[in-house]
Amino acid sequence: MGTSRTDERKTTYREALREALREAMRSDDRVFLMGEDVGRYGGCFGVSLGLLEEFGPERVRDTPLSESAFVGAGIGAALAGMRPIVEIMTVNFSLLALDQILNNAATLLHMSGGQLPVPLVIRMTTGAGRQLAAQHSHSLEGWYAHIPGIRVIAPATLEDARHMLAPALADPDPVLIFEHGVLYNASGEIGPPAASADLDHAAVRRSGTDISLITYGGSLPKVLMAADELAVDGISAEVVDLRTLRPLDGETIAASVTRTHRAVVVDEAWRTGSLAAEVSARIAEGSFYDLDAPVERVCGAECPMPYARRLEEAALPQPSDVVAAAHRAVD
Amino acid sequence: MAEFTMPSLGADMDEGTLQEWLVRPGERIRRGDPVAVVETAKSTIEVECFETGTVGELLVEPGRTVPVGTPLALIETDREEPEKPGRKPPRRRGPKATPPPKVVPPPPHEPAPAGDRELAVDLPPEGRVPHEAVPLVRRLARERGVDLGALHGSGPHGRITRSDVERAAARRPRPPITPLARRLAGELGVDLATVTGTGRHGAVRADDVRKAAAGRAAAPVSGHAEPARTADDRAVAMRRTIAGLMARSKRDIPHYYLSTTVDMAAAMGWLRDYNRRSPVGERLLPAALLLKAAALAVREVPALNGFWTEDRFTEGDGVHLGVAVSLRGGGLVAPALHDADRLPLPELMSRLKDLVTRVREGRLRGSEVSDPTITVTNLGDQGVESVLGVIYPPQVALIGFGRVVDRPCAVDGLLGVRPTVTATLSADHRATDGAIGARCLAEVDRRLRHPEEL
Repeated sequence: MGTSRTDERKTTYREALREALREAMRSDDRVFLMGEDVGRYGGCFGVSLGLLEEFGPERVRDTPLSESAFVGAGIGAALAGMRPIVEIMTVNFSLLALDQILNNAATLLHMSGGQLPVPLVIRMTTGAGRQLAAQHSHSLEGWYAHIPGIRVIAPATLEDARHMLAPALADPDPVLIFEHGVLYNASGEIGPPAASADLDHAAVRRSGTDISLITYGGSLPKVLMAADELAVDGISAEVVDLRTLRPLDGETIAASVTRTHRAVVVDEAWRTGSLAAEVSARIAEGSFYDLDAPVERVCGAECPMPYARRLEEAALPQPSDVVAAAHRAVD
Repeated sequence: MAEFTMPSLGADMDEGTLQEWLVRPGERIRRGDPVAVVETAKSTIEVECFETGTVGELLVEPGRTVPVGTPLALIETDREEPEKPGRKPPRRRGPKATPPPKVVPPPPHEPAPAGDRELAVDLPPEGRVPHEAVPLVRRLARERGVDLGALHGSGPHGRITRSDVERAAARRPRPPITPLARRLAGELGVDLATVTGTGRHGAVRADDVRKAAAGRAAAPVSGHAEPARTADDRAVAMRRTIAGLMARSKRDIPHYYLSTTVDMAAAMGWLRDYNRRSPVGERLLPAALLLKAAALAVREVPALNGFWTEDRFTEGDGVHLGVAVSLRGGGLVAPALHDADRLPLPELMSRLKDLVTRVREGRLRGSEVSDPTITVTNLGDQGVESVLGVIYPPQVALIGFGRVVDRPCAVDGLLGVRPTVTATLSADHRATDGAIGARCLAEVDRRLRHPEEL
């Protein structure tokens, strides 16, 4: 065959993100990227490799080690009409910029009576699984999902990594993109954009009738593995990928639970006060009379993330944990 | 909390006999669901509910005759505070004839003879009534899911005390029931107490309820209330009711009568053609055309469609045609075909068939009995040529149709034989005058000449 489909080539999550950045910068002069080591080093996780050469130091800007300052600068640029993409290395470091995100980015539109939108995109890495220990491995996106005024998304697939940036930039509100560290090397062929690149809808990644496995981000591959195992046991599991953590797509969750009558919520973050807690509460509120078993949660251990490989594995939700929880609900 | 009360199913009804409950405590009901079967002097009627919610306590036992307005059951409506998760629908209790007697627990240290005498009134000689318990104990029992009927009271006179309930609750842990199972049990009418759970900790799950429902469906249905009266009694009562009502109508309503002969050639031709093209089950009777024409006519002349009450006319909220249906054992009822003017003919026909069937089975709904805004009586199948009816108060008009019969008829200056029907109008002269009535009959005539527009 002489022709090949260019949109279905082998790629990685990392390259998909880079492709999305490149497309954004090519199509809109107002878009620029800034963050620690995004320029000459090519990004701490190699996402922005080569962009400095293509777009120059004006649009791919290395910043000093000062999260509060460069996130604040991003907010200022957004207010001034630019479309900044700010990269913060990991979610742990983002807490240094939490004041800017919560007190400025999330509130300015409201406090200015609708006069000051902040069309800012902040990317950061989240999650564990790469032996980076407690200060680089936590999943705090649930904390951000608590904040009204921002949008929080968590692309879990190559398609979402490739296609969610453009609508995020088009959103007049600040959008936080959480990229799970273990996903960067995920590879495959990119298909067309998932059902809705509008950032408003969760996606059913696998249909099933016996139980809903609800998750997002880095846990999605593990949950899909668990669903495969459950299928061997004769349990048909539906996998819901939340994709957008704020605002949550409660309708898709409720629709799935209405079909299956059982739910396991999988979240790598600490259980107490987690996003899994929010999802479980919504199921209890909205779908109580559809539940045929208590909602199960599979979350990360409530401890600082250990460095040792075995301990880190033990602290994280694994497919076997999801399978066990599903059996508890179904059997 | 709403009360479901004995409805008034006609201007003349002041009491009714509860024949049968169609719901059980804890069952979810929607506005319009039939709740109970009530026997009136005229017929047996399924009464619908006006609330959406959950059936609470049933206050009246089948077989009892109570005045209109008596609370029959409590209904927890959805407008109230949302149900607390885990709260049980009220437990079903054993047969109970009356609301719990007001009993004040006698203080144990007060053996006064007066107290004994009071108690003697409340308690049967045995001294123990299973369900007799003070409100606190009843509430506790409800909360803990303890069946009071199964308890032996340790209090004075065998009364059930708070500690009896607590002991029973501790002895028999309530098996967990999933919310879905509870909902299904309500929908399928399964008594959860009879379902064995297969889930963890013996939890009752949806599948258990479905299995129980399937098993129960196979068993014969029992528990129908004994008919409260014999058929003879009922015929006598119905005759008496009709007598009272018709006497009142003739006494109070100054009737005027109009009649016209309608050329049915077009209508009958259209009907023959329609029926030839339709399967047997969907064929139309001439009655369907007559009813539809009457409904459309009174829509045009709304002064005939409504009620005369308190010396003034109130227009009906739609054309609900009361269709007079005679009963096999004598007597008649005229239940409503709701919004007959808006029903397409096939729909009207099937509703008519359904209505007649249910009239004969004595299974009418309350709204069908109380809603008609004007009555149509069609005695054509009895062979009469015209009927001059008596208005059913508080309605203000009645349209009558005789038999469709071939008559010699002047058509276009020649004598021809045409199928014709005599349409009559009996109307209340207090509400309308002859001119308005004439417009109505003219409209019936016009409609029947254009059957394709019906």
